[in-house]
Amino acid sequence: MCEVDEENSGCLQSRSVPGVCKMCVKCKENTAVLIIRVGDAFCRSCFKEYFVHKFRAMLGKNRVIFPGEKVLLTVSGGAASSSMLAQVQEGLGRDAPKKLRFIPAIIYIDEGGVCGQDPEEREETVAQLETIFRKTGFPYHIISLEQVFSLPSSVLEPVPGGARQPGGDYKAAVDQYIQQSKLKQKRGEASVEEAQDSLTHLNIYSPPSPEHTQTLQRLFSTLKTLTAKEDLLQTLRQHLILHTARTHGYSKVMMGDSCTRLAIKLLTNISLGRGASLAADTGFSDSRYGDVVVVRPMRDYSSKEITFYNRLFGVESVFTPSLDTKAPDKASIQRLTESFIIKLQADFPSTVSTIYRTSEKLHTASSPQNSSAEPSAKCLLCLCAADTKAEEASAFQATLLSERLSVGKAQSDPAHSNPASSNPASSNPAGSCCQEQGCGAGGCCSTSRIPAPTDLKTLLCYSCRLTIKDLITVEALPHYITSEAEKRQRRAQMKEEIGEFLLDEDEDAE
Amino acid sequence: IRVHCGRGVFRGGGSQTSCDSFEFHRGEPSWDMKQLLAWIRVNLLKERPELFVQGDTVRPGILVLINDADWELMGELEYQLQDQDNVVFISTLHGG
Ligand SMILES: [Zn+2]
Ligand SMILES: [Zn+2]
Repeated sequence: MCEVDEENSGCLQSRSVPGVCKMCVKCKENTAVLIIRVGDAFCRSCFKEYFVHKFRAMLGKNRVIFPGEKVLLTVSGGAASSSMLAQVQEGLGRDAPKKLRFIPAIIYIDEGGVCGQDPEEREETVAQLETIFRKTGFPYHIISLEQVFSLPSSVLEPVPGGARQPGGDYKAAVDQYIQQSKLKQKRGEASVEEAQDSLTHLNIYSPPSPEHTQTLQRLFSTLKTLTAKEDLLQTLRQHLILHTARTHGYSKVMMGDSCTRLAIKLLTNISLGRGASLAADTGFSDSRYGDVVVVRPMRDYSSKEITFYNRLFGVESVFTPSLDTKAPDKASIQRLTESFIIKLQADFPSTVSTIYRTSEKLHTASSPQNSSAEPSAKCLLCLCAADTKAEEASAFQATLLSERLSVGKAQSDPAHSNPASSNPASSNPAGSCCQEQGCGAGGCCSTSRIPAPTDLKTLLCYSCRLTIKDLITVEALPHYITSEAEKRQRRAQMKEEIGEFLLDEDEDAE
Repeated sequence: IRVHCGRGVFRGGGSQTSCDSFEFHRGEPSWDMKQLLAWIRVNLLKERPELFVQGDTVRPGILVLINDADWELMGELEYQLQDQDNVVFISTLHGG
């Protein structure tokens, strides 16, 4: 697994002056068509072999997808996820023993409502994607981002890890699957069953209502920074995917993040204060949701490889605008990091893979802690283990302290406290009443009210707190989030009330 | 010479720069890539040319293919364009 020498030879070496018309380094027969790394020039057919092999090797090495398992492929229309779809198609069409043996379906989340597309444009994009999806023969789900408003709060309920994962030996599972499918083939059942399967799961796109689109746009407009908007978009998108996976029984979700994208994500997340969940956010597999595991099989491909593969072998992709399509380079942390990484990749090609390899190392070290964390200690939004119980010297505690100090100042000085202040706590007397006097039953917080942003914050991890901090009112959030927040708060409150009668959990454990 | 620009190459450049592809007829056969880029910059990019060219080369993140091969193999800016050449620009950037 450690390809240290190979990587290091070109490390920190600025890109050399290009040679002209090299031969392929692999077969040494054909003219090369692209340079993958410094000095590695491949011809068309060797490149294809290399690309296809890498996908199978990635899945084979990690052994997380079991034969016969239902896998949901998230396709955004972009180059990387379209390429992933093509690889799965290719892999399922192969002969044994190299054949992929899971049952795929596709999901596309239509984010057009917040990315500046009008309803006609959205339908056009969806139509283009449907054409591509239909050709694969896989069942597909096309869901608009507006559907977050009809999500149940159970999406956010923590599920204990590993419960529904097919346990046991991978090899045994493969053998068993082959046996079973042979039997089925004899009886001619397989094809009928498959056909029925794809019919029942077909999820036809219904355009969102204009009211929902407006509500969604209002929610995003209450966030002041593009950084926070992008973060929230990712979170909501993830909830929709998770919900679809659960309701249709997919136990794995494949995301098409490339190595370049993951390097960007890694540095972005560090800047956003998501360091604690770095492993889950960027590793090969992510088991934070418990029953549904996210895998990233494209993480060994650079965006250059993917773009070339798609171009050379006719993989179709669909252009969809993103939140920041028209924004300048420094508009958000995400964008700034992207342009940094892309420049780095252009000038020092090997450093980017070094960055993303870091995430591989982090993954092994902290994943057990992440999946087994106590359910209530998970962040309401990103469902990662909440990192807010950190020790006193952490940046988190420092931020809290400075926040407290500045809030206190604003309150004692009426001249400075304007209602539209960035910190909602200072302009919300109702919120502070409960915190300071702890009103009991019959007080202002006993009825089911929508929690103030300050209350919501206690349920979030450090990074999600920063995102939500921008929000003027939590009422703009989809109902499933506020109702789950309420539920958790009630539970915490109850626990506190009866707390003195309970045995201390820590003592119990010892 | 055929020049094709993938969508999103001129990200944020507004509608007038989102050309798809165009045929290129030039009297002088001895243009190199450097001259082609300069021509595109002057004639096609009215708004924010920095999204496509930076310095005298393409912006990082935009791939250049000459006849379906990596231009890094063809001498990049020094490549002498020939008749019937097919030049493609593809953006690898997010949302591109
Ligand atoms: Zn070769
Ligand atoms: Zn979080």
